[in-house]
Amino acid sequence: MSSNLPLVSALTLFPFVGGIAVLLLGRSAARLTAATFATVAVAYTGWLWWHFQPAMTTMQLEEVHALEPAIGLSYHVGLDGLSLLMLAVSSITVLMAVAASWNNSKQGPAYFAFLLFLETGLFGTFTALNFLHWFLYWELSLIPAFFLIRMWGGPGRARAATQFFVYTMVGSITLLLAFLAIFLASGSFDFLVLTQMAQNGQLAAAIGQNLHWRQWDSGHITMYLFCGAFLGFAVKTPIVPFHGWLASAYSEAAPETTMVLTGALSKMGVYGFLRILLPIFPEQMWRIHTILLWLAIATIVLPAFTAWAQTDLKRMFAYGSINHLGYCILGVVAVAGSSGAEPSQVSEKAAALTGVMLQLFSHGITAAALFWFLALLEKRSGGLTGLNDFGGLRRAMPIFSGLMGITLFASLGLPGLIGFPGEFLIFKGVFPLDWWAAALALLGLLMTAVFLLTIVQRVFSGELHDHWKMMPDLTLAEQCMLAPAIFLMFVAGLYPQVISGMVHGTVMQLVGLVRY
Amino acid sequence: MLAWTIYVSFLGAVAVTLASGTSQGLIRVLALLTTLAGLGIAMVAVAHDRSGQLITLARAPWIPSLGIEYHLAADGISLVLVLLTGIAAVAGVLFSWNVELRTKEFFALYLVLIGAVYGVFLSFDLFQLFVFYEIAIIPKYFLIAIWGSTRREYAAMKLVLYSFAGSALVLAGMVAAYVVSGERTLNLETLSHFPFPAHFQMWAFPLVFVGFAVLAGMWPFHTWAPTGHAAAPTAASMLLAGVVMKLGAYGCLRVAIMLFPRGLDAWGFHVLGFGSWQQVFAVLAVIGIVYGASIALVQKDLKFVIGYSSVSHMGFVLLGLMTLNQIGLSGAVYQMFSHGIIAGLLFAVVGRMVYDRTHTRDLGELSRLPLAKLIPFAAVTFVLALMASIGLPGFSGFIAELEVLIGSWHAFPWMSLIAGSGILIGIAFSWRALEATFLGEPATAPEQALPAITLPERLGAFLLLASTIAFGLYPKLLMNLILPVLSGPLFEQLRRGNWQ
Repeated sequence: MSSNLPLVSALTLFPFVGGIAVLLLGRSAARLTAATFATVAVAYTGWLWWHFQPAMTTMQLEEVHALEPAIGLSYHVGLDGLSLLMLAVSSITVLMAVAASWNNSKQGPAYFAFLLFLETGLFGTFTALNFLHWFLYWELSLIPAFFLIRMWGGPGRARAATQFFVYTMVGSITLLLAFLAIFLASGSFDFLVLTQMAQNGQLAAAIGQNLHWRQWDSGHITMYLFCGAFLGFAVKTPIVPFHGWLASAYSEAAPETTMVLTGALSKMGVYGFLRILLPIFPEQMWRIHTILLWLAIATIVLPAFTAWAQTDLKRMFAYGSINHLGYCILGVVAVAGSSGAEPSQVSEKAAALTGVMLQLFSHGITAAALFWFLALLEKRSGGLTGLNDFGGLRRAMPIFSGLMGITLFASLGLPGLIGFPGEFLIFKGVFPLDWWAAALALLGLLMTAVFLLTIVQRVFSGELHDHWKMMPDLTLAEQCMLAPAIFLMFVAGLYPQVISGMVHGTVMQLVGLVRY
Repeated sequence: MLAWTIYVSFLGAVAVTLASGTSQGLIRVLALLTTLAGLGIAMVAVAHDRSGQLITLARAPWIPSLGIEYHLAADGISLVLVLLTGIAAVAGVLFSWNVELRTKEFFALYLVLIGAVYGVFLSFDLFQLFVFYEIAIIPKYFLIAIWGSTRREYAAMKLVLYSFAGSALVLAGMVAAYVVSGERTLNLETLSHFPFPAHFQMWAFPLVFVGFAVLAGMWPFHTWAPTGHAAAPTAASMLLAGVVMKLGAYGCLRVAIMLFPRGLDAWGFHVLGFGSWQQVFAVLAVIGIVYGASIALVQKDLKFVIGYSSVSHMGFVLLGLMTLNQIGLSGAVYQMFSHGIIAGLLFAVVGRMVYDRTHTRDLGELSRLPLAKLIPFAAVTFVLALMASIGLPGFSGFIAELEVLIGSWHAFPWMSLIAGSGILIGIAFSWRALEATFLGEPATAPEQALPAITLPERLGAFLLLASTIAFGLYPKLLMNLILPVLSGPLFEQLRRGNWQ
């Protein structure tokens, strides 16, 4: 797809304009305006999706404008399958969050404006190809997220917001420092140029030539740069042990906010792995891939156990979210760690990366939906979200229980639902590459099933408290709003080609980059 | 036409003085129109800039027997600072709309200060530059001593003494340059091509540099800055931090570095590990960055927090100057502009929006007020200003500090790392200030109503915010002015020797 119009920039700025409009129009029109802008953003993304040419491995709809060559600042955006997939996840999650906040009287114009500002940050991060303005959006998404947690959360929100901010800021700074050093060596901030340089060895040569630090050789220095960039993405994803901020941020924020945090914001980390770490630092990832594999396994297994031990549904889902993104990291790292370019492994690597993409999409939708259900439940229970506060809800509210049940099963990867194809492909790809890692990660898969089924059992089955007998089921409006999300879970589960076909070109291009 | 920025300001001061004494409204409007005229002229000049050429605006003999001329000229760097002065001056008037005490004198002095500042930035005769530089000191004293707050006489006197001490050093250097060159001229353009003997430059450079750097808030000569900023009335703090500190930095670049570039060469021996004035002043700049930020982290008075943050940010200007490469120097000029806007905005929020309403700047007392609910506009402005101040991408500060850091990496890698840690402390103190003022959760919420944010305040905040964002998103606007000058004839001597 090619066009002279700045279609991608327009999409990025669109929610921002929406946010301003929400603020200007005031309280009465806030939610309607926000919903309009969020819906149009989804439609716009759908339109791009429709016109996208999946077979192409290059960027589409590129816009390049040199702004300040002296500091390598140019405006460069473009779309490939990965970007487009991320745009779809972000726009859908934000729309879901707006819908979930529909009847929340506490959330005025400022709330919706922040949501839309956040969407601009997300869109920008997923389409920018020059580090400097990519970083602008990366930080820009942090600010609204901070205020969303800080101003509309639960009692511990101040601490949670600070923790979130400090963790991500530290990661951002090491990331910035790493890229400053890369710029000083290579003279470029452009992701595509840097990828090219990394592939033909120019980057290593430039680092060896221009960055002198003690007696270290360029391999050492590059490894440190990699670690700096890695930390930024590891905090955002998050990867164990950099996940300390997540549980309190997700559980203290309003559930509608958490929908976007887990659905879209967490994808920024994995996106960084795919867009930056894998293409620019393939050698470094290969060198320490054993360590990275262990981190990925820890990210999958430990949070699954932690989730099982929690008594609050929000915290359970929060830890579940870490676990689900761990599979993505496992897939990426296994691909990076597979040495040699034997043709036999290309299909495994492609499978793993396709699985990663599917998992990104499915986690976005299911995690956001799960927190949506929590928002609905919290509203009906007067703020209670404990695992043991409920019981037998399927009798009081059968539709709610049914739909949330579907989502829970989608989340644990039941075949036929959205979560299955991604996890299946990741394991299919990772087993031949690193069988032991896949085997250990299976433990996480098992524990996920255990804690999700625990939820089904404790909340939906068992004795119905007298207290909850009168709990109202989902209204027709709520059902209508949830229906598209549930529908999507079936469509993507039964027909994953919708997504895998879209990212095929990108996956093959990424596989081609891993040649160590 | 650019020369009229000076004349308009002085004429405005006269007009304000002559205006009928009873009408405060008229005086304010006159002052606003004067500053707007200055800004308008500056913007027209920026739009018509022809790739960094030095344009002579006015030239006439002044004291022929000494070869001193009245010589106004502008190149890209002057234009950047003139534009900054224009923006800051308009914003300052808008944020002084509520001055009731001796309004006429206030605005008259204010406009004299503005005129003198324009004069410094446009002077190309060293003597004339010095005259304007001195004129600027007098209104500063009265603005602080009469309309100030906390310990105002002390702060005003301290500011003046520091300024005069710095001026004495500059004067000595100036006279020496005059005598040594033997050219019977103080024309900056001529002197910039004159090959002063290296040993002379070696001592003239630190003399003049320190003299100007006092006003730029260089550690350890910075102590006038926080007390002065805190005591001054809002508009004066805005100008003091926003523009007057830039006079010092401008002097460092325009006089010390441009005339005596050999003074930055290596000494040929080492004292305490230092091998050149370049290293000495770079270290002082980095100390200023970290020290200013650290002190800001523990201040209880909100204005002192912002005051020390200015010291920290001006450290980036000085560090950028000491890199002696194109990217670092352009970053220094960019930071002068950027800090001028951002510091003005911060002082406007703290001094005008918060202090004039609550009559306290104590962080502990402010945290007990539900300020975010009472004056939400101030909350939003403060958040954006702090974001700009910590150098988030999208604001002018990011571009400036990035360039300085890249430049200093080439010159001295270690220091760019330490300066980077200064940014981290900057985030911490901004955070603390924000928590205490607008994010705090008052245990008991006394629903006392504060006066609403007025229209002039909104306009002023909008002007400053729009500037920092516009120049943050599109740095080319200013870089196109700065870069040609740095590669032009004025800095030829510097490039020949020290350029890295």
